[in-house]
Amino acid sequence: MHRYILSFIFLLCFSVFAYSQDQHEPQRGEQPASEQPTHVEPGQPGAIDGGAEHDGDTHGQEAGHGDSHDAGCGPQEAHEFNPGGTAFHHIADQNIYSIGPWSLPLRCILYAPEHGWSCFSSSKFHADAHGNGHEAIDKYVLVDGMVHRINDPSFPDGEVEVGHHPYWQKVKQENGKEKDVPFICYQSKLYPAEARSTADGGLFGGGITSFYDFSLTKNVVSMLLILALLSWAFLSVAKSYKNRDGQAPKGLQGFIEPIFIFIQDEVAKPFLGHKWEKYLPFLMALFFFILGLNLFGQIPFLGGSNVTGNLGVTMVLALITFLVVNLSGNKHYWEHILWMPGVPAWVKTILTPVEILGVFIKPMTLMLRLFANITAGHMVMVIFVGLIFVFSKSGENVGAGYGTAVGSTILTLFMMSIELLVAFIQAFVFTILTASYIGAATEEAHH
Amino acid sequence: MIFLIDFTPIKPDFGLIFWTTVIFLIFWLMIGKFAFRPIAQALKKRESDIQGSLDEAKRVRQEMANLKSENEALLVQAREERAQILKEAKDAGTKIVEEAKNKAKEEAQKIVASAKEQIENQKMAAITDLKNQVGAFSLEIAEKVIRKELRGNTEQEAFVNDLVKEIKLN
Repeated sequence: MHRYILSFIFLLCFSVFAYSQDQHEPQRGEQPASEQPTHVEPGQPGAIDGGAEHDGDTHGQEAGHGDSHDAGCGPQEAHEFNPGGTAFHHIADQNIYSIGPWSLPLRCILYAPEHGWSCFSSSKFHADAHGNGHEAIDKYVLVDGMVHRINDPSFPDGEVEVGHHPYWQKVKQENGKEKDVPFICYQSKLYPAEARSTADGGLFGGGITSFYDFSLTKNVVSMLLILALLSWAFLSVAKSYKNRDGQAPKGLQGFIEPIFIFIQDEVAKPFLGHKWEKYLPFLMALFFFILGLNLFGQIPFLGGSNVTGNLGVTMVLALITFLVVNLSGNKHYWEHILWMPGVPAWVKTILTPVEILGVFIKPMTLMLRLFANITAGHMVMVIFVGLIFVFSKSGENVGAGYGTAVGSTILTLFMMSIELLVAFIQAFVFTILTASYIGAATEEAHH
Repeated sequence: MIFLIDFTPIKPDFGLIFWTTVIFLIFWLMIGKFAFRPIAQALKKRESDIQGSLDEAKRVRQEMANLKSENEALLVQAREERAQILKEAKDAGTKIVEEAKNKAKEEAQKIVASAKEQIENQKMAAITDLKNQVGAFSLEIAEKVIRKELRGNTEQEAFVNDLVKEIKLN
């Protein structure tokens, strides 16, 4: 039985990779040739004349990207090294998986309501080392490793060559704030590229845009890898418990068992009482899933995916916890929230709103705590390394660079050891708080 | 070098939400059912097994202790019995020997007594026989003496008397 489940999960993961690797060769034949040169008219909404916006002589500095297509839109501004921006770039979820100089293409599954589904490998973008694509596919372009869409009817569908480097310009939003927007150069014209839709409702600068990204991104692929790894580990451990019944634990079993017993005896049993067995799989899944992803992100030179440091991931975990807690809440629990027994009526009018708020705040804190801790850890790491470039002035002062390298290596090593601790602690805290919430929701009345 | 100055991890995007849900649910439901639950059950079973074994060992040890004391009591009893038996056997032996001795003594005494009686009888017979012979001899002698010496009275008489006296003393 275990073998079938394991092979199912492995198949799932490998099919994902195999699928990403196919169609490396762009299929130019499919693309209707007539679409290319037309549709580009000056004065189209959203299409900004690159030549007018960027005077070639303002900086007098070539960006060094000698690309024929970039030339049409003028030279780019040379920017100073920005450690914050670098950190944000490195902890972001991306549509390519870059390990050092290599970048593995990932499957893009994109949905735009006006165009429908598009599915292709991100290798089709012909991205450079910074994750900026050289091709637009069905109006999709790759900017900093993330798929963006040119929401402009005049931009052609299909595969077209675009400038390698986005032009960043400040654009006034509807709410009056300015926002940096990447512009893509195509046939001497600049088109703004939109980011994917996000579920923050504009709270963090996102919102619904013209497309949705269901791609197998770096984070999704990391999760699939961890899923496969953990499935293999736990199914084989479960098997050894079955096969080696009555014998002492050995190998992986001996490694997993203390952690398993720790969560079982220190988390599940004290908080859940006699109902611990019912909720054990959920708590174990939470703990090992978070721990696995936390630790996976800590492995150096493996992409450092910031999975549990992404609000989308922690949101799902917190939401599932919220559902489990409140769906298993008994009469006693709801009574205490909605109409606390044993307190005066006027206190109840204050207490009830607070308690109802608490129901939502609890998973919210779970979500934010894990997200903030892991993201902060990843950022600190990138910034320590970024210090080298700050102090060496991006290579102008090599001596200072070497000096800082020594210091930041020590700092980074120190941070990494703390992050290992944080990886365990955050997984544990998430699990133990979940257990305590479930315990409070399922507690029997005793008065 | 231009980077997107955009803090994307805080913007939960729909694709990641979808995939996280799918992957976590697979992990929770599948691994929960086929790994976490069996492992927890195996651990529970092992725990009860260990407790059972410990209890069993305690019980067996108690039993062994009981058995040992019982054995010791039995041993003591057996020793006593052995001593008893040995003593009895010894007594019986001495008694038998004593009896045999006594019997032998009696037998011997009987034999000796009967031998003495026989000897007495024989002696009496011999004496009687001798008396008879002596009487005969005396008569013969007396006859001869009387025949020869009847001329001197006194002397003969004295002589005869002596003879007779001698016979009677014997």
